[in-house]
Amino acid sequence: MKNSVKVILGAAALGLLASAASAATLDDVKKKGFVQCGVSTGLAGFSAPNDKGDWTGIDADFCRAVAAAVFGDGTKVKFTPLSAKERFTALQSGEIDVLSRNTTWTINRDTALGLNFVGVTYYDGQGFMINAKKLPGVNSALQLSGAAVCVQSGTTTELNLADYFKANKMEYNPVVFEKLEEVNAAYDAGRCDAYTTDQSGLYGIRLTLGAPDDHVVLPEIISKEPLGPAVRQGDDQWYHIVKWTYFALLSAEELGITQANVDEMKNSGSPEIKRVLGTEADTKIGTDLGVSNDWVVNVVKAVGNYGEMFEKNVGAGSPLKIARGINALWTKGGLQYAPPIR
Amino acid sequence: MASQEILGRDAGSRVSLMNDPKIRGIFFQIVVVALLAAAIYWIVGNTVENLRRANIASGFSFLRGRAGFDISDSLIAYSSDSTYGRAIIVGLLNTIVVAVVGIITASILGFLIGIGRLSRNWLVRKISTVYVEVFRNIPPLLVIFFWYFGVLSVLPPPRDSYHLPFGSFLNGRGFYFPKAIWGEGSWLILVAFVLAIAMSWFVARKARQRQMATGQTFPILWTSIGLIVGLPLLAFIFSGFPLSFDFPKQSTFNLTGGFQVKPEFLALYLALSFYTAAFIGEIVRAGIMGVNKGQSEASFALGLRPAQTLRQVVVPQAMRIVIPPLTSQYLNLTKNSSLAIAIGYPDLVATGGTVLNQTGQAIEVVVIWMVVYLGLSLVTSAFMNWFNAKMALVER
Amino acid sequence: MQKHDLSYVRAELAAAEPAPAGVTGLGAWVRKNLFATPFDSALTLLGLLVVAFVIPPFINWAFISAQWTGTDRTFCSTIAQGGIQPDGWSGACWAFVNAKFSQFMFGRYPAEEHWRLILTVIMLVVLLVPMMIPRIPRKGLNAILLFGVFPIVAYILMSGGWFGLPHVETPLWGGLLVTLVLSFVGITVSLPLGIVLALGRRSKMPVVKMICVIFIEAVRGIPLVTVLFMASVMFPLFLPAGMTFDKLLRALIGVALFASAYMAEVVRGGLQAIPKGQYEGADSLGLSYWQKTGLIVLPQALKLVIPGIVNTFIGLFKDTSLVYIIGMFDLLGVVRLNFSDASWASPQTPISGLVFAGFVFWLFCFGMSRYSIYMERRLDTGHKR
Repeated sequence: MKNSVKVILGAAALGLLASAASAATLDDVKKKGFVQCGVSTGLAGFSAPNDKGDWTGIDADFCRAVAAAVFGDGTKVKFTPLSAKERFTALQSGEIDVLSRNTTWTINRDTALGLNFVGVTYYDGQGFMINAKKLPGVNSALQLSGAAVCVQSGTTTELNLADYFKANKMEYNPVVFEKLEEVNAAYDAGRCDAYTTDQSGLYGIRLTLGAPDDHVVLPEIISKEPLGPAVRQGDDQWYHIVKWTYFALLSAEELGITQANVDEMKNSGSPEIKRVLGTEADTKIGTDLGVSNDWVVNVVKAVGNYGEMFEKNVGAGSPLKIARGINALWTKGGLQYAPPIR
Repeated sequence: MASQEILGRDAGSRVSLMNDPKIRGIFFQIVVVALLAAAIYWIVGNTVENLRRANIASGFSFLRGRAGFDISDSLIAYSSDSTYGRAIIVGLLNTIVVAVVGIITASILGFLIGIGRLSRNWLVRKISTVYVEVFRNIPPLLVIFFWYFGVLSVLPPPRDSYHLPFGSFLNGRGFYFPKAIWGEGSWLILVAFVLAIAMSWFVARKARQRQMATGQTFPILWTSIGLIVGLPLLAFIFSGFPLSFDFPKQSTFNLTGGFQVKPEFLALYLALSFYTAAFIGEIVRAGIMGVNKGQSEASFALGLRPAQTLRQVVVPQAMRIVIPPLTSQYLNLTKNSSLAIAIGYPDLVATGGTVLNQTGQAIEVVVIWMVVYLGLSLVTSAFMNWFNAKMALVER
Repeated sequence: MQKHDLSYVRAELAAAEPAPAGVTGLGAWVRKNLFATPFDSALTLLGLLVVAFVIPPFINWAFISAQWTGTDRTFCSTIAQGGIQPDGWSGACWAFVNAKFSQFMFGRYPAEEHWRLILTVIMLVVLLVPMMIPRIPRKGLNAILLFGVFPIVAYILMSGGWFGLPHVETPLWGGLLVTLVLSFVGITVSLPLGIVLALGRRSKMPVVKMICVIFIEAVRGIPLVTVLFMASVMFPLFLPAGMTFDKLLRALIGVALFASAYMAEVVRGGLQAIPKGQYEGADSLGLSYWQKTGLIVLPQALKLVIPGIVNTFIGLFKDTSLVYIIGMFDLLGVVRLNFSDASWASPQTPISGLVFAGFVFWLFCFGMSRYSIYMERRLDTGHKR
């Protein structure tokens, strides 16, 4: 009660108008005719506009996958670039339907911020990058005592950085910026000795520096950064659709269903493949979820399976060349595991 | 006849009810209030509903939570274990520091530019004009970027710092100078300083009284300077030189020790000062031009020297024209200091933004911002109004 | 008295002596304007030093050493940095500006649709120029076209979706386009809103007056950055679930509301300068409040404060650059964004981009301020006597 009074007082000081009614997210999305997806303002490999202004990256592709599941058409998606600061309010307020913006899953975000993370599309960890040419002899993060460290503000990265240096009883000098491109520019200009963010990000950023070969990523990983898409709390149907889109991508890879062979696979004799692709007789898997029964076919046609998505955006097929590592399927020693679609 | 009268009065009163400005005014105000109340009710309703649906906690209790992030510039003790509330206070203090230093520098620079624009010297006049026309017509954010990237790209890395006199260094990480460490007995110096100020004030008062009575002047300025510098110096000598310096030294990454002024602060401070100085210059010029020429001519006729004329005749009168617009420039500078966020100087908006992001308490943080900036504006206006009133009293 | 004694009265004027050496010619001018007193001489030397320190290096950097053409960063970096320039080279990288010019102007607006923007700009110029030249008649019609019809046509043209024009979403808009859209809409909205607020502040109705005073003072007391944050982060929370509106529109609302508070104060200055007799005269003629305000007071008041209004416009124009902070790409934002383009990253890129952006902003603001001075002089004649 007391809290709501404060909210009222706070809100009363400000103001503006418009009007509409609310409904379930799926109905809203269907009525609009597209999925509104929150992405980053530009992080290579995850979500970044290419020269033509099309969004590319693993996070952007995930949005397309959701659109394909709902509409059978991966192009029915609109992207909203969001800063770290705007991302949660944008989701809370209903401005976007899915937040797919290299966002770390934490308990605080699940509980206090009213989000529901659907899974982990990329297992990441925070690392450091330094300019090896300017700092010869530094090959471990533990040698960074006294360094100026560039970091993006308002991220879990900033908190992990503080924890790591405190735990190792080292001093540091945070140089904090609001936007990724500002951090990049400051690091490239030599404002700081080290750059810290998720390791995947470091590899991507390294490519955008003036002289990429001068920079090395240090071996230490100082935190767990499970990155995944999130939706609002309170709409289980929409939560399930987004969550199972992610699992469908994994299952497709596990079953060897690719963008190229998905149509052939529909005629496959394997009951499991038939079930996943919705060609089983009288299947209700898709309609129970609230989408069409051939939703997995649409998803894979739009973006490929998880492995293809990974290779194309961050793996060998991309300039980032990040190894699958722990992002491999569980069958190959990784952590990516999907519950059965049945 | 009677009925006509009644009819006329009747019609008249009906018309007057519709046309009575008072009643119409009240009606109109009720409508406005009702509309406003409806809008606020609607917005608050939506907000509460949105927050409830999204399961966001509200209220200011988050301010007591552990911040967990570090801030590079802090006037008060702060670590990642401090609270969010403390982080916001750190930001507020940084805002105040940059605003105060910026206002002082901008005023000095602005007065010089303003006088320069009226100089008899052609070259000085032209340089001042070009300065004003350049800085007045580009956005402050651009000036900040300019200083920041200018500073960063021109200055060397820490290993090749420029060595400056008095053990100071300048490099891409900022400006380093020795930090004074006060030892035993240094409180005496402070006492002497306060004493000196009190004495100067007293001397000034006496001197003015004497001038009123006898017309004789007394060198107040030099006496005050002598007192304010001399007394603490004496105390310093008598307490046995209780001062040592912590000199900046080279270490693996940066210089350690000493006092570091970070490039973010430098860029913001220089940009705000240079930008605002252009406006203050124009205000000062208008102020001086606003003083009737006869005033300075009369002053010369009385045999006052040009410097005296400027100080005792022109400036006091120009001040009265200058102060109100000067106040709004000071407020502008304070508000423009919020652009710090673009280059990562931890001012109120930047630290508040980080808190907003870590906690998700958007409404609360924005309310804090607004209340603090409104408060700063009110304090500045109040001070300048007091100053204005004091200047206006000079008129006899 | 002898007659010839009178001959000392000259019958014709003596030929004018030439002015003494030292008050005419270049030398005299220099002495008078540069070296009048020892202090002046010192100032002049100091000034010369400043000029020598600033101008030649700048000319060298911006023109002589500048790199005008090129396709990537190698053209703007030294050999040590992996480029083609000799070591120690320092010059502007105009090649960068050249390569990114279309982005700086239009953002990521599709290239094949640029003609729509150019057409809009032509329409704006055609309507704006006659508006600004006092001699050209039919100001009323012109104003209706410029502030009523033009925005609608421009919106349809730029946003598309009608008449077979492909729809271009606002996130694709950028560069100078966004700067101009924000300033134009800010200006057209803030002036009427500011007038209403100023009238409200001088209203005799206490409630209306109070609301206007609170709004004006509150907005003037806070920085635009916080207003923009509010617009970008909090507007969505104020609206019912599922209802949103465009980010550009949100920034527009923030900018327009902010500018209207400042505009209100400028207009109030004009209202206060109107002599009481004008109000009383209108009252005695039996004019209603709106007739009095619209026909007598406002035309005089607005005319008085045109310079102030233009100055507020200049401020607004410069302030639009702050939308960069909430993640929109106006001219400054696009320039800033392109610093992180790997194919152009070089030490000279940022500074060249900033100088270019600064020059564009300067051009617009300087133009407006010159116009304001011109109007001030023109309108002054009526009051000086």
